[in-house]
Amino acid sequence: MSNISNAMTAGASPSFLRRYGMWLIPAIVVVSLPWLLTSTVAVAVLNQMGIAVIFTVAYNMMLGQGGMLSFGHAVYFGLGGYFAIHGVNMISDGEWPIPLPFVPLFGAFAGLAFGALFGSFSTNRAGTVFAMISLGLGEMMASSSLIFTKFSGGEEGITADRTEALPFFGVEFTTEVQIYYLIAFWVFLAVFLMYRFSRTPIGRLANAVRDNPERAEFLGYSQKWVRFISFTISGGFAGIAGALFALNYEIVTEETVNALTSGVVLLQAYIGGVGFFAGPIVGAVIFTLLQTLMSNYTEIWALYVGLVFVGTVMYAPAGLTGLIMMHVPVAMAGRMGTLTQPYARIALPALICAIGAIGFLESWHHLSAAATGEFEMHIFWMTFDFTSPITWFVFSAMFLGGLWDARRVAPAVADTYGNALHYAFTGEDQ
Amino acid sequence: MAELIIFSLLHGLVYGLLLFMLASGLTLIFSMMGVLNFAHASIYMLGAYVAYTISQYVGFWPGLIIAPVVVGLFGALVERYGLRHVHKYGHVAELIFTFGLAFLIEEFVQLIWGKQTVGYHEPAVLAVPLFEMYGQTFPAYKAFMLLVSVAIFIVLLVVLTRSRVGLIINAAITHPSMVSMLGHNVPMVFMGVFGVGSALAALAGVIAGPSLGTSPGMAVLLGPIVFVVIVVGGLGSLIGAFVASLLIGMMTTFAVAIDYSFGQFFMDVGLNMDPDGVLSDLYTVTIAQLGPIMPYMLLVLILIFRPTGLFGTREV
Repeated sequence: MSNISNAMTAGASPSFLRRYGMWLIPAIVVVSLPWLLTSTVAVAVLNQMGIAVIFTVAYNMMLGQGGMLSFGHAVYFGLGGYFAIHGVNMISDGEWPIPLPFVPLFGAFAGLAFGALFGSFSTNRAGTVFAMISLGLGEMMASSSLIFTKFSGGEEGITADRTEALPFFGVEFTTEVQIYYLIAFWVFLAVFLMYRFSRTPIGRLANAVRDNPERAEFLGYSQKWVRFISFTISGGFAGIAGALFALNYEIVTEETVNALTSGVVLLQAYIGGVGFFAGPIVGAVIFTLLQTLMSNYTEIWALYVGLVFVGTVMYAPAGLTGLIMMHVPVAMAGRMGTLTQPYARIALPALICAIGAIGFLESWHHLSAAATGEFEMHIFWMTFDFTSPITWFVFSAMFLGGLWDARRVAPAVADTYGNALHYAFTGEDQ
Repeated sequence: MAELIIFSLLHGLVYGLLLFMLASGLTLIFSMMGVLNFAHASIYMLGAYVAYTISQYVGFWPGLIIAPVVVGLFGALVERYGLRHVHKYGHVAELIFTFGLAFLIEEFVQLIWGKQTVGYHEPAVLAVPLFEMYGQTFPAYKAFMLLVSVAIFIVLLVVLTRSRVGLIINAAITHPSMVSMLGHNVPMVFMGVFGVGSALAALAGVIAGPSLGTSPGMAVLLGPIVFVVIVVGGLGSLIGAFVASLLIGMMTTFAVAIDYSFGQFFMDVGLNMDPDGVLSDLYTVTIAQLGPIMPYMLLVLILIFRPTGLFGTREV
């Protein structure tokens, strides 16, 4: 008996580090970030990012882990926001003595309750049918939020003042940095819990049901129940994200419930990679960066995001994380060196193609949006005359030439990768 | 009252048949390829915009023919070079692809035609009232819309039930591999159905553009309702799509005309409701306000009580 317990404690200490060590580095980074990036804008972007991370990971609990494609997940995000903002208002009125950091629990409650309600009849099937129902429910709730104005405030939305709520150990959450730490805490807690969930038997069953629902049924598990549980819990976490949104911006409007928010979360998850737990985190971080940085430089950033998204769906369905993970075995075998030269070879025409495409689209945008008499645009630190045929010719030639060359060398590059992968697994060249 | 019923019936019919033009293509594509084309409503919008551009040069009537052909070809290309490429990743990837496509089409439409509503108008011949009744007029253009959609419905019905092409399409829906064995080019049939479905959606866009307004938001306005139509009608059922289109068309137009709330109902039966209560949202809202969410409420009810849809055979 004592032998067994000895063995267990002996085994526990290294596995504790291995288990939780990977949370340590991100924790240090997250805690120290406000010291590195001191501008309020940077902190505001970080706050937005944190909210997006929770929401996207919750979303991927369904799409990546449960095989349920939802076009209406903003419902739980938005309802979480509405419940939280009403919660803050009630606390400010002195009805409930709850400190602000616990307010996201209102969102979690709303997400769970509505997830259970809508999940009860929409999780019978996965795939296309589920997607369609989620879209219908999303539209219903988005329209409802404009109709039931007492609850949602109509077009103006509902506002609150988070500083009027109870202070938490003297902290009143008046500054961006204070709310940053609140969000960071919840991001950590939520992501950790979601990760642990994916390792529980029910989390594993969600994968089984995603891959082969019939077989899971034969093993004695109801696919509906498994999906229902994933769906409800995912709704709960989305509600937490919505509540943090409410606390951060102190306003919740119809925009948090509508189809655009539902679409953006799908974009984030997919660009990051739905097949990996870290994928949606990468997706949320990159999307938020793109959104906030690119919108400073171009008005048609959404078009570029759309192009990247469609490109991901067509050519890299495993997303950005998938592209990175593809190279892990090659790197472990020490064969990255063989790939640099072919990658550089294809990167050059790809870059020229991208510059051509961006120039072309920007010229087009300026041409259709410019005031009369205006003919200059500034891109790539240069000035172009977008009415001149030369500009159009140069950009088109760059786009087409780059595309042609990239497509020409692509098979050879893919071959080199295949060889390196073959070496990584077998230890010999092909 | 008679006035309300007659005009709501007529407008509901126009709207319902317009929905059917979109839903028929969508449900055909779905039942054949298992792909729910999220971009269907965007293609409808594209039809309106292309027709607008054509009408700038050669007038409305040529646009009525050319725009659906152009957009139909575009749809066929999307199937051939986009969807077929994504097919190997499964149905969910296909759906996500069409979602991305819808996003891109909307962005490109804004890039090319701008964010504002464009001035796409009906031809002068049809810009007159057809008849006047109880002091209300019915525009000739609406009658024209009605005519076109009824004609399309009849053509579709005849082609699918009486022609050899329809026979192959029906067979390919249920037994694609067997049809392929018999020597038919099933991928080609898929491309054709996708192209024709897109052309139908585009035609709907061409005739709806002048009446409902041609703006970048027109896809989002109609898209989700079309999905509701095909679920309520029963996935893959053309008759179901027809009935559900009319039902939803009628429902939304009639709702707009009814200014009555549950609160009034409770009042009429003698209950007094507090207009400022916590739950007052639920009974002060009028039926007219509920109009936009009625299709979705119908969707939820159908899913709970009749998961196969009205005429469908597969359970959702």
